[in-house]
Amino acid sequence: MNLTVGLQHFLVVAALLFGLGVLCLLTRRHVVGILMGIELILNAANVNLVAFSHYGGNMGGQVFAIFVIALAAAEAAVALAILLAIFQTLKSSDVEEMATLKQ
Amino acid sequence: MTVFDIAFYILAVITLGSGAVVALSRNIVHSAFSLLGTFLGVAGLYVLLSADFMAAAQLLVYVGGVMVLILFAVMLTNRIGEVELTNTSKGILPGLLLCGAMAVILAYTVATTSWETVAEPAYRSTAALLGEAFLRQYLLPFEVLSVLLLAVLIGAVVVATKELKSEEEPG
Repeated sequence: MNLTVGLQHFLVVAALLFGLGVLCLLTRRHVVGILMGIELILNAANVNLVAFSHYGGNMGGQVFAIFVIALAAAEAAVALAILLAIFQTLKSSDVEEMATLKQ
Repeated sequence: MTVFDIAFYILAVITLGSGAVVALSRNIVHSAFSLLGTFLGVAGLYVLLSADFMAAAQLLVYVGGVMVLILFAVMLTNRIGEVELTNTSKGILPGLLLCGAMAVILAYTVATTSWETVAEPAYRSTAALLGEAFLRQYLLPFEVLSVLLLAVLIGAVVVATKELKSEEEPG
């Protein structure tokens, strides 16, 4: 792979960021840590979309990416509202303690 | 190595380095602030990809909105008096192996596929093109998105508000 930046370079950055996001999502105990992993994953997907939009000459990738940004912000707001509601009852933000549906 | 290449590598290092701190740091506040670095790096990558509106939207929404939300949540959900804000992770080594393998396979696949690309990618302002796309081709998803944002606004307030319990009159 040559050093002159092309489409593949952006896609590799997005793939590595996706891997870091999945790692964050899987290994964290704090709920906000898991949400940060989700944000990393969504940003990686966005970089992918915008890179294909630029190098493919199509605006659809950027339109999709704007929808992803809006939905990610909405989902972060709702998830953090739920976390605050749970914290008022449980006084803890550890996912290990939020297992009350388990038998 | 043009300036474009150097800028790309610097931004890629910023983005991936901040992402690594987010994923691997033991302190949740360090992770939250590194997420800011990741968002800024991604905004820079959007500028390199001639997506000027996307970069501005990323800064406004992610850095100015989601980042503030996450910091609020981190600060509000810590027990008062707990000085050290820790976030221990469980099973980091199997996680690293699994995610590392997945990321390597993904990156290798992506780097060795011959993608069909335009010969000369255009560097132009995209705000007008996006506006046209939103009001012509993608009008229905745009309207549905505004309804969804209204629902999210109301829903988040309803979920997070503490209910005031009314006093019961005795006997």
